[in-house]
Amino acid sequence: MTGVLTIDELTVDIGRPLVKGVSLDLHPGRIHGLAGESGSGKTLTSLAVLGLLPRQATTGGSVRLGDTELLRMGRRELNRIRGRRIAMVFQDPSSALHPQLTVGHQLTDHVRTHLGLNRSDARDHAVEMLERVAVPNAADALGRYPHQFSGGQRQRICIAIALACDPDVLLADEPTTALDVTVQAGILQLLRDLATERELAVLLVTHDLGVMSAIADDVAVMRDGRIVEAADRATIFAAPQHDYTRGLLAALPGSRLETGTHLEEDGA
Amino acid sequence: MSTGTTSAGTAGPRTRTRRARSPLARYLLRRAGTSVLLLIGVTIVTFTLTNLVPGDPVSAALGEGAAQNPETREAFIRSRGLDQPFVVQYFLYMGNLLRGDLGTSLVTGRAVTTDLATAVPATVEIAIAAIVVSLAVSIVLGTLAAYRRGLVADQVVRVVTLVGLSVPTFWLALVSFYLFFLQLRIAPGSGRISPSITPPPRVTGFYTIDYLLNGDGVGFLDAAAHLALPVLVLSLVTIGLLTRFIRTSVLEVLASDYVRAARAKGVSGARVVLDYVLRGASLPILTVVGVAFGALLSGTVLVESVFSWPGLGTYAYNSASNLDLPGIMGVGLVVGVIYLVINFIVDLLYGVLDPRVRLA
Amino acid sequence: MSAERGTGNRTDVLAAGWRTRLRWPRAWRSPLGILGAVIAVAWVLVAFTASWWVPFEPNAQVLPRLQEPGVDTLLGTDGTGRDIFSRLMTGATVTIPLALMLVVAAMVIGTVVGAVAGYFGRWIDETLMRITDLVMAFPTVILAMVVAASLGPSLFNAVIAAIVVSWPQYARVTRSLVLGLRGQNYVIAGRLLGRSPLKSLTVDILPNIVGPMLVLATLDIGAAILLLSGLSFLGLGAQPPTAEWGSMISSAIQNFDAWWLGVFPGLAILTVVAAFNFLGDALRDILDPTAEVARENQADRTSSATGAAA
Repeated sequence: MTGVLTIDELTVDIGRPLVKGVSLDLHPGRIHGLAGESGSGKTLTSLAVLGLLPRQATTGGSVRLGDTELLRMGRRELNRIRGRRIAMVFQDPSSALHPQLTVGHQLTDHVRTHLGLNRSDARDHAVEMLERVAVPNAADALGRYPHQFSGGQRQRICIAIALACDPDVLLADEPTTALDVTVQAGILQLLRDLATERELAVLLVTHDLGVMSAIADDVAVMRDGRIVEAADRATIFAAPQHDYTRGLLAALPGSRLETGTHLEEDGA
Repeated sequence: MSTGTTSAGTAGPRTRTRRARSPLARYLLRRAGTSVLLLIGVTIVTFTLTNLVPGDPVSAALGEGAAQNPETREAFIRSRGLDQPFVVQYFLYMGNLLRGDLGTSLVTGRAVTTDLATAVPATVEIAIAAIVVSLAVSIVLGTLAAYRRGLVADQVVRVVTLVGLSVPTFWLALVSFYLFFLQLRIAPGSGRISPSITPPPRVTGFYTIDYLLNGDGVGFLDAAAHLALPVLVLSLVTIGLLTRFIRTSVLEVLASDYVRAARAKGVSGARVVLDYVLRGASLPILTVVGVAFGALLSGTVLVESVFSWPGLGTYAYNSASNLDLPGIMGVGLVVGVIYLVINFIVDLLYGVLDPRVRLA
Repeated sequence: MSAERGTGNRTDVLAAGWRTRLRWPRAWRSPLGILGAVIAVAWVLVAFTASWWVPFEPNAQVLPRLQEPGVDTLLGTDGTGRDIFSRLMTGATVTIPLALMLVVAAMVIGTVVGAVAGYFGRWIDETLMRITDLVMAFPTVILAMVVAASLGPSLFNAVIAAIVVSWPQYARVTRSLVLGLRGQNYVIAGRLLGRSPLKSLTVDILPNIVGPMLVLATLDIGAAILLLSGLSFLGLGAQPPTAEWGSMISSAIQNFDAWWLGVFPGLAILTVVAAFNFLGDALRDILDPTAEVARENQADRTSSATGAAA
């Protein structure tokens, strides 16, 4: 079965090859974890999907959204996909939000472009989105600036921005890494719920196998630009096949794994 | 701003109400305080420099001729308290200053304050026009260079700005005056308006605006045409300064997460530049505009005299070449004040542009 | 150059000490930098040798007046029959050595003030930096003009005035560099080993500041030349009949018909200033005191290496 987003033998070259043939299939309602240490190429993979690589990067292989090839798409066409069909959440919400623009502005500008809503409709929609991601006093929050929110709330706002146009695919790049441990669980729970509720295909990029074990349905482990092992979560965590995966798992504190598993059971 | 007063969200109600009361006011007060301190510093500097003069301060201030007259001499010594200790002299100087007495110009024979009152608006008019022109040009060039970083456009912009920074402004003024007025006859001659035209009734002191207020279209066009060449000459240096800096700031912003996030949500390229990139770069740009204004004021001293523009620059030039100390000190003081005012306005705008300053 | 700017190589280059950062071959790859270096060296050579080979005494009024540029007088003659070419070359012997001297003086003063302020902090820092702020509260030419006028018009006083307005920028940059270095572990370790503040400052901190200061100084030479000639243009620097570029231009105002009187001295200033600016700009690309490269590097890091960091 092919998924909503299909990455096939993707390569990325920036001066030297950094992603060397990665294939992934994302399915609606499922969270696909992409694990690996720094420099393994996992973030490049997600950036390549949206054409956000630096100018000097070259890509090969294919990335298809349904039947549409994204890799060789023009800028204008790509802008119609970005945020509309495929959205992205970044690692650090304090830098991913523009400090001088209100939350409302950042939550409505792409909605107005993509969905053609007028100002007040976009505003209403934004309030709904903020309520969905559980930002308190949503109507009020629109007029405020990012620095007036806590880290966890900022990430919720980023998720609201990403999902405002009801995309099919969400690329989440280390969405909890920059957050306090205490608020990580809440964000992960939110992602899990939204994936199920909105039939969203999620690519969850993280180096943190604890996070992975908490919410991912499928897991792929990357190393040095290649996927070394891919399976559903239970298989990976119970019976890792590859030495590298076993190494990563061994490095994981037992307690983290347990709390992670616990969370998932709570939510599902 | 209104949103700041609502008691909602993350911060506790206690901190929020305290925040809502006075952040901008407090910020401005602090800035105003610094400015006043600097202002006092400026007077100390000009005063000390006046007293540095080697030789006879009386003849330096009054001119050789007047200093010969014992009565004038005596009166001057008493009015400046030159027989008093240094500190007392300073307070006497400050007293005169606060009464608006900067002494009498040796060149014009008028009170320095009277001279400055007509010279300052003439210079400020040029300076504002030049800062607007150079800001517009350098935002375009700097953004272009940053987007085309390392490519041909970037290199061209780099060479142009470096050359712009290397041209002696007084020479450029001379050459352009020679070329556009004397040879090509495109530019109008020197001064603020053509001799055949009467100056506008003084409201702001800016001829262009005063003509407009008076509904005088012909006068306005004439004044604007006279403004063009000096403004362009002055802008070149500031363009060099600003473009380099804007390029750097834009590069920095382009690498930021929020620009990538804006791209990731499919905002169009033009919107990304206007809403996200330039807004993000606006704070550092604002800071450097303050610096550029200083360079601009420096430039006016060297440029105005070439165009016979009756502003601070020409006044400074005439005072300096005739060793008219009261005149020079007056210019030094007033320019220091203008510079402080500019920096205060920059600080103000900082608060306007950055919600973290405004609402923090 | 473009390919090189795109890669992350400079990250590691920057991470190392400034001495290893100053890789000459890299500097030579910048065509503008080479051009600047060649012209600057040529002018410096002129500045130190011109008196031996100029065709005429710079102040000798021996030629026909206001002769156009041509075969016998390369760049024409002025209103009193002096050879412009000879005066132009002699002008280099006046301006360039003085500009170099004043930049060095300003650099030394500024570095000392900034280092002391940054290292000792507290009220010393407060006092020194408020003075710095005060000097910087005046636009350079205006303050230099005021100082030069109160000292009396002469080339020497113009140089003093230029030093007075030039040192604060070095103080600012030095201070911020020292503030950054002061907290470095190796500096703290040095203090714990019993080094006196003076020794710590000169042994552990100063070597890391020299590089950025030299770049700043190179960039400043152009500004110094512009300032000196500007003061002379205002009549506050070199006095007639000294052959100096600024005052040559100033006297050209009286005679607009003889375009060559003003054009050539201006071109002389332009070329020498541009040369030093090109050179300084190339140096800044390698080693930057005001952190432009560091910023660009960060831009590199975050844009091109987003993947490498993943």
